[in-house]
Amino acid sequence: MEQLLSYGWTTVALPLAVAVVVALTGRLTGRLTPYVAAVAPAWVLLYGAVALSSAIDAPGVLASGRTTWLAEAGLSVGWAVDGLTALMLVVVGLVAMLVMVFSAGYMAGESGLARYFAALSLFTASMSLLVVADGFVGLFIGWELVGVCSYLLIGFWFTKPAAAKAAVKAFLTTRVGDVGMLLALALLWREVGDLSYEAVFAAAGGIAPGVLTAASLLLLVGAIGKSAQFPLQIWLPDAMEGPTPVSALIHAATMVAAGVFLIARTWPLFSLSADALAVTLAIGGFTAVAAAAAAIAQRDIKKVLAYSTISQLGFMFAALGAGAWEAAVFHLVTHAAFKALLFLASGSVIHGSGTQDLYEMGGLMRSMPVTGVTWLLGAGALAGVAPLAGFFSKDEVLHAAWSADPAWAVVLFVASAFTAFYTARTTRLAFFGEYRGSGHPHEGGLDMRAPLLVLGAGAALLGFFGGPIAELAGGHHGELDLTVAAVSSVIALVGLAAGWVSARGATAPRDEAPYARALEWGAAGWKADAAVDSLLVRPVNALSRVLDARVDRGVVDRLAEGSAVLARRLGSGLAALQSGDAQWYAIMTGAGAVALLALVAYLGRGL
Amino acid sequence: MLPLLTMIVFLPLLGAVVTALLPKSRPDLPRQVALGVTLADLALVAILVARFDVSGGFQFMERASWVPEAGIQYLMAVDGISLPLLFLSALLMPIAVIASWKIDDRPAFYFAMLQLLAVGMNGVFVALDFVLFYVFWELVLVPMYFMIALWGGPRREYAAIKFFLYTLFGSVFMLVGILALYLHPAGGTFDMIALADSGLPAGFQWWVFAAFFLGFAVKVPVFPFHTWLPDAHVEAPTAGSVLLAGILLKMGTYGFVRVSLPILPEASASWAPFVALLGVISIVYGAAVAFAQTDLKKLVAYSSVSHMGFVMLGIAAGTAEGLNGAVAIMFAHGVITGMLFLLVGMVYERTRTRTIAEVSGLSKQAPVAAGMLAFASFASLGLPGLAGFPGEFLSLVGAWRSELIAPGYVIVAAIGVLLAAAYMLWMVQRVVLGTQSGTVEGITDLTRVEIAILVPLVVITIGMGVYWSSLLRYVDPAVGALLASMGAM
Repeated sequence: MEQLLSYGWTTVALPLAVAVVVALTGRLTGRLTPYVAAVAPAWVLLYGAVALSSAIDAPGVLASGRTTWLAEAGLSVGWAVDGLTALMLVVVGLVAMLVMVFSAGYMAGESGLARYFAALSLFTASMSLLVVADGFVGLFIGWELVGVCSYLLIGFWFTKPAAAKAAVKAFLTTRVGDVGMLLALALLWREVGDLSYEAVFAAAGGIAPGVLTAASLLLLVGAIGKSAQFPLQIWLPDAMEGPTPVSALIHAATMVAAGVFLIARTWPLFSLSADALAVTLAIGGFTAVAAAAAAIAQRDIKKVLAYSTISQLGFMFAALGAGAWEAAVFHLVTHAAFKALLFLASGSVIHGSGTQDLYEMGGLMRSMPVTGVTWLLGAGALAGVAPLAGFFSKDEVLHAAWSADPAWAVVLFVASAFTAFYTARTTRLAFFGEYRGSGHPHEGGLDMRAPLLVLGAGAALLGFFGGPIAELAGGHHGELDLTVAAVSSVIALVGLAAGWVSARGATAPRDEAPYARALEWGAAGWKADAAVDSLLVRPVNALSRVLDARVDRGVVDRLAEGSAVLARRLGSGLAALQSGDAQWYAIMTGAGAVALLALVAYLGRGL
Repeated sequence: MLPLLTMIVFLPLLGAVVTALLPKSRPDLPRQVALGVTLADLALVAILVARFDVSGGFQFMERASWVPEAGIQYLMAVDGISLPLLFLSALLMPIAVIASWKIDDRPAFYFAMLQLLAVGMNGVFVALDFVLFYVFWELVLVPMYFMIALWGGPRREYAAIKFFLYTLFGSVFMLVGILALYLHPAGGTFDMIALADSGLPAGFQWWVFAAFFLGFAVKVPVFPFHTWLPDAHVEAPTAGSVLLAGILLKMGTYGFVRVSLPILPEASASWAPFVALLGVISIVYGAAVAFAQTDLKKLVAYSSVSHMGFVMLGIAAGTAEGLNGAVAIMFAHGVITGMLFLLVGMVYERTRTRTIAEVSGLSKQAPVAAGMLAFASFASLGLPGLAGFPGEFLSLVGAWRSELIAPGYVIVAAIGVLLAAAYMLWMVQRVVLGTQSGTVEGITDLTRVEIAILVPLVVITIGMGVYWSSLLRYVDPAVGALLASMGAM
């Protein structure tokens, strides 16, 4: 087993090889393709599990390797596995494997499945790279590659203009963050001269506070983009254009959590800047409450989950900002389980009922009992109902926020209330009451039910593993704060009750309702898209057109042409030039050279 | 020992002469001769690469007296900086020949010109005597002028003259620089290696740098000397665009690395902020203007202005990272932009249009072409894991570390990374994805030959992106030697 650990690089190489194989042979393997592809995450899971069991006894780096890339510049790349990495590998491997199995049923009959499963394998490889890299260069490469996989999979149905647009939007918005991260790397390179975590962390104490804060904030910009935090959250709701299993894996459980992982991983650096922590807490807290409120106004079941994901990631950022990175990692793990579950369950619902519109669902508990029961487990975990997973991890987050800044803790309590509210509302609209649709809802096959059950167990039980998870991540696990637990339980119950009541009659027309305008704003994600469009997209477009037509063709090119005309007139060799006489060019070259030479000789005579 | 470099440089000249003399009755012969010659040339370069000693400095040196009265030598050699560019030139030549397979207007003349172009391009990268360097530099102009003027698009004459005059304007200044070095008492030679050790006074260097700068900057091209490029690209035939972007632009940046830095080190340092400024303007301005383009070729052309800006930034930085990055971009941009121009040409042949708004939904009808175009676009926008990233990364990182460049420049340059993603992906969204346009209906996907010329470029793009050292193990020691010699001044 110990020997296996020294092959950490295979968690990247094997999924990459599988991606190539699936891309090339996917058409031949047909219905087996999902299971060929699932070899990739299965290996990541196996490796992660072995590493995890070793990490419990031995904190610190378990295994690593590195090679020099540039001797003159002193750049090297490598990998290293410790408890946090092992934990992430297990999360990535497990969810990716379940999603591939689920996709076997969900995506059956679609064309382009080789592309789909190859992209999922490539995603597994990229995400592994992101977590096993032992420095910022490897991290950044994985970071960008998961973005491409996200692009490819959001745009899976590429003939649909909305999907194509959403894919581009996701890539570009996250790349705004990536530019920040790139600058962070450049800054750290300048300060430390090495981009391995080891070297950077060792040198972190000696970096000037201002520079440290700048580097931390630039890293934060990258994290905000990837994890869809305010103000870069706009891409995630649109990313729901992709197939639902993809949403579960990439846009809920793993990739979007990469921002949280980044800050946890670079904690020795990040935690030294109080300003960066304060900004993180504010962004996380604000995002948590604003996105939870927007989730209430959604009609599309996937959009509810998308805003919910943004909001839950906000909780994790708040925990980071409050200094409790262990709590953030804990919540990352439980959220990965219950949110992947909710997304897959919603996929099952969409598959079975043929719609994403909550108003056309209802009473699905009867026709889809497995989906319904597992959804309840996920929903309970999300709302923070004891003793499901989310209850424990959210308790730690709230406790940490309360110790750091009670004002933001209150904000998070409000966000918790909203969370319970939209969870109950969505659950009632989809699974209870009378069926309002026009199809024949049915449960999916075993390949779809089995992943739900596995994740359901996770959503139910993971909360009890807070201690081991915190220790694996290399930190300390706080005791359950009974006051916080009591308050948040009351809040959850009130929110659930209110949400449950609100779902009744929600499907009736409500144009005249006094809060219709608020709902409309909330449904549009507080009109963030419109704001970005008018503040950024249209100005940039207009500027580029002006630069092209007025400046480039109007000024720069005119000046060049003008000087050519001037030269022609001055030379009065007009006729010769027009005839394209080679001799004339030669003479002109020679004459010009001699004249300039004289000038240079004159100017340089005393030097 | 065979004079390998002489063979590499002048084999295409032999080919050009033979091609020009071929009988008119056999219009298929010129392209076959050209293909054979360029493939043989590529094989010679492959031998060169295989025998190259990574840590050996200048190698395969050939030195002979040429015009003894004036101290002019026949002096050639390669190091780790010129080798990748020579390889790139040899690699793109057969691809350019195959991409020109359907040329039926005066084929003998065309393929002779194409091979003559190879003589100039190869020569520039191996010449170490200024007279020889200048001859090859100017030699490139003639065939490219004819390729645009005779086999170009509707506005070919305008574009060809503009290209010619612009470059000529620049090379006049370069000639002045060369002669100034020769006439200065501390210089007194055309030998580029000897000049690098000559210890020229800083004030004199400053003026000579300015002269060389104009010659190189036009070729790169750096803002505001770039407006010849979009016109030349739009009018040039596909092979012309591939070689123009792939090799000719690199001659300019290669000049900075081969001439300005080692021979004029003090001036390079004092000019660095200015060079970096123009580099950064090129990055952002080129990207912003690319955004507004409606013609695919123009979009790629302006993207080249932007990418070459990163090269200038890396060179101006004068750090090991920056210079590694500059050479990495030169090579990668040649491969990636070569792919882009080939694909644009292939799409144009089928749809008869290059207007972005008129082509959409390519992926359903021609999945291979669409996939390749998307791949090349991602490579072009600097996706990690593909060839475009290492250079951009290193030049940014190297620039921020440089004491010569203000951090503000790097921050603005990083915005170019974002813009590159924006204009490339927006193009992909409109051309490759979405619903199918009428122009795309019924077109055939790429042929086997077309795929065959793209595959080597795809393989290199992935190989270099995954394993940076595949290229940089040649470049890095040469950069080290260059910096050591500059530091010793």
